[in-house]
Amino acid sequence: MPEAPFLRPPQHARTYRYDAVDREFLAERIAEFRGQVQRRLAGALTEDEFKPLRLMNGLYLQLHAYMLRVAIPYGVLNATQLRQLAYIARRWDRGWGHFTTRQNIQFNWTKLVDTPEMLEALAAVDMHAIQTSGNCIRNTTTDEFAGAAPDEVADPRVYAEILRQWSSLHPEFTWLPRKFKIAVRGAEEDRIASRTHDVAVQLKRDAAGEVGFTIHVGGGMGRTPILAQPIFDFVPEAEFLRTMEAILRVYNALGQRENIYRARIKILVRDLGRDGFLELVNAELARMPVEPYRLAPEIVQAISAHFAPPPFAPADGAAAALERATAADAEFADWVRLNTRPHRQPGYASAVISLKPVGGIPGDATAEQMEAVAELAERFGFGELRVSHTQNLVLPHVHQKHLHALWQGLRAAGLGTANFGQGTDIIACPGLDYCALANARSIPISQQISERVDALDRAFALGELQIKISGCINACGHHHVAHIGILGVDKHGAEAYQITLGGAPGNDAAIGELIGPSFSYDDVAGAVETILRTHIAQRLPGERFLDTYRRIGQAPFKEALYAAA
Amino acid sequence: MPLLEDGRILPDAWVGVDDDAPLPEGPVIVPLARLAEAAGRNAPLGVSIGNDVGVDALAPWLPRLALVQVVLPKSKDGRAFSQIRALREYHGFAGEIRVAGHVIPDHYAMLLRCGASTVVVPEGADPAVWQASRHVVRIAYQHAQSAEQPLALLRRKVA
Repeated sequence: MPEAPFLRPPQHARTYRYDAVDREFLAERIAEFRGQVQRRLAGALTEDEFKPLRLMNGLYLQLHAYMLRVAIPYGVLNATQLRQLAYIARRWDRGWGHFTTRQNIQFNWTKLVDTPEMLEALAAVDMHAIQTSGNCIRNTTTDEFAGAAPDEVADPRVYAEILRQWSSLHPEFTWLPRKFKIAVRGAEEDRIASRTHDVAVQLKRDAAGEVGFTIHVGGGMGRTPILAQPIFDFVPEAEFLRTMEAILRVYNALGQRENIYRARIKILVRDLGRDGFLELVNAELARMPVEPYRLAPEIVQAISAHFAPPPFAPADGAAAALERATAADAEFADWVRLNTRPHRQPGYASAVISLKPVGGIPGDATAEQMEAVAELAERFGFGELRVSHTQNLVLPHVHQKHLHALWQGLRAAGLGTANFGQGTDIIACPGLDYCALANARSIPISQQISERVDALDRAFALGELQIKISGCINACGHHHVAHIGILGVDKHGAEAYQITLGGAPGNDAAIGELIGPSFSYDDVAGAVETILRTHIAQRLPGERFLDTYRRIGQAPFKEALYAAA
Repeated sequence: MPLLEDGRILPDAWVGVDDDAPLPEGPVIVPLARLAEAAGRNAPLGVSIGNDVGVDALAPWLPRLALVQVVLPKSKDGRAFSQIRALREYHGFAGEIRVAGHVIPDHYAMLLRCGASTVVVPEGADPAVWQASRHVVRIAYQHAQSAEQPLALLRRKVA
């Protein structure tokens, strides 16, 4: 295969920079997939045999077409890569892409014959679709504010990249009972829904300043939502991969294989009990040799170098200037208040680019928007970008003096919505408009709810509110951990929607509680409005919906929803 | 069924024996339950284990065993990969590890990296396809049981 021309990344964007060895690996992997496609077309592979192989290369068969899910490792990418995604969207899709809760991007209108070429176009910017699906270790997710957040004790990107490499085509863990998702965070505040993952890693430092890992295991959503349990308080850095190996060994050997709904590690941990599972992991650790699995400090150091801070400019009185600018422009002030986050570097902020215009499709971006964002990232953010699990984009490092120009540029591209973490910042899966697994549509429900919530928010200032929608029990839309969760179900052949209340993804993680019988497609947006009007009537000053719900419980909401019937 | 090793179809001297068939002369592969019975014979001994068997169950027998056969009941059931690795890494088993069942060429490189020796392939299988699949990806990012040449960071070149 001829090597794809390599496109240079922006100089200061901190993505992991491939060298000749990484590129050789990627080229070989594409050659392997090309061979698999040929063998499938020649009939040498059955569809049953081919399916897991194409899934491990990110290729799903959806309702109307193939879908290619491209890995954005731990949600980190640079402007050159985003431009290439725009190019792919235009050339081989219908001119847009869909950013997902796994910090990846999906192209929903892919043709099978085009996929090897699409993979080559990705390889030209050091990207791939490896292990974005299938029963293997998936893309590790992390904090979209990594490397910028003031509360970070160690950089999660470094360990997420180490996990990406270690898990790539792992010879023992590529045919697991079910998919396996790892999340890594570097701060005490949980911004990544840690405990909904198969394994959640939190970076810590001991008294000597050495990095170690708190590990939770056995979380997951789907049909049986379970929050991950702590099993290790402080795994030393050198033991990181060894510990991961041990956990995966126990899962690969003992995870259920017969029933897809009982095959995730959460069921194994639940059945064995946290202590029983831990005992088995410790038994593996006791037998495993140490040296071959040791994560050497030189490796950590070499990978850390890829994520060194960019050359920040002096603060230069930017904070005061920003205050004047926000005082002069209320709309800009709203955007700064809601869509920027503090930065550890004086004079800088992280800026969230909402992909949730009111009434729009959550997570969708057109090729033109991707190009506009790539250019703004180059002008104002070292050419570096993040994808958040809430399906938004982030410029992690923006000088405060550039925020106004950035905001204007975003508005011109239709990306200036000020709603990060608000009620209209809805997470939704693609649902029955695209997905072969879905029972019900998610997108139009999300659009209807977005418009109603926006009207209420303008009148009553709802504050932080998380609404999440899944089109089936697989829970890609994270509805279990939403303040207001919506689940599409099939009720006698018609789309219906169950509502759960009181879920939360972060440090106070909780699984939402079902409020009562489901609502029809036509009634569900109205039901959400009823819930929010009940909150408005009952809330104490400054109280968010979740706080009100936790204080007063289900009854008032239930009564408002069902009393008339 | 043909036996594949290192890109070639080999003559197979071993005879697999079912649960209740009489034991023939020569090298036999028996089920776990018949190990005691077969171990007394003066001939090479092999065992075939299901993928729900922990290989620790074989520990007392390993010095006597020349071959362990593991089985993939379905191509997507990967328990055998852990069994193979455990036999090599935990037990230092140096005999033949043979893989039977629903094995496809796309498993081959990973099976070898876990420590497998041979694969029982379908009648008419083209060894060239298996060999090509084995060698298509030569870079690996993690420790395994096969020979490899270390490169920078986590990477290594697989032989």
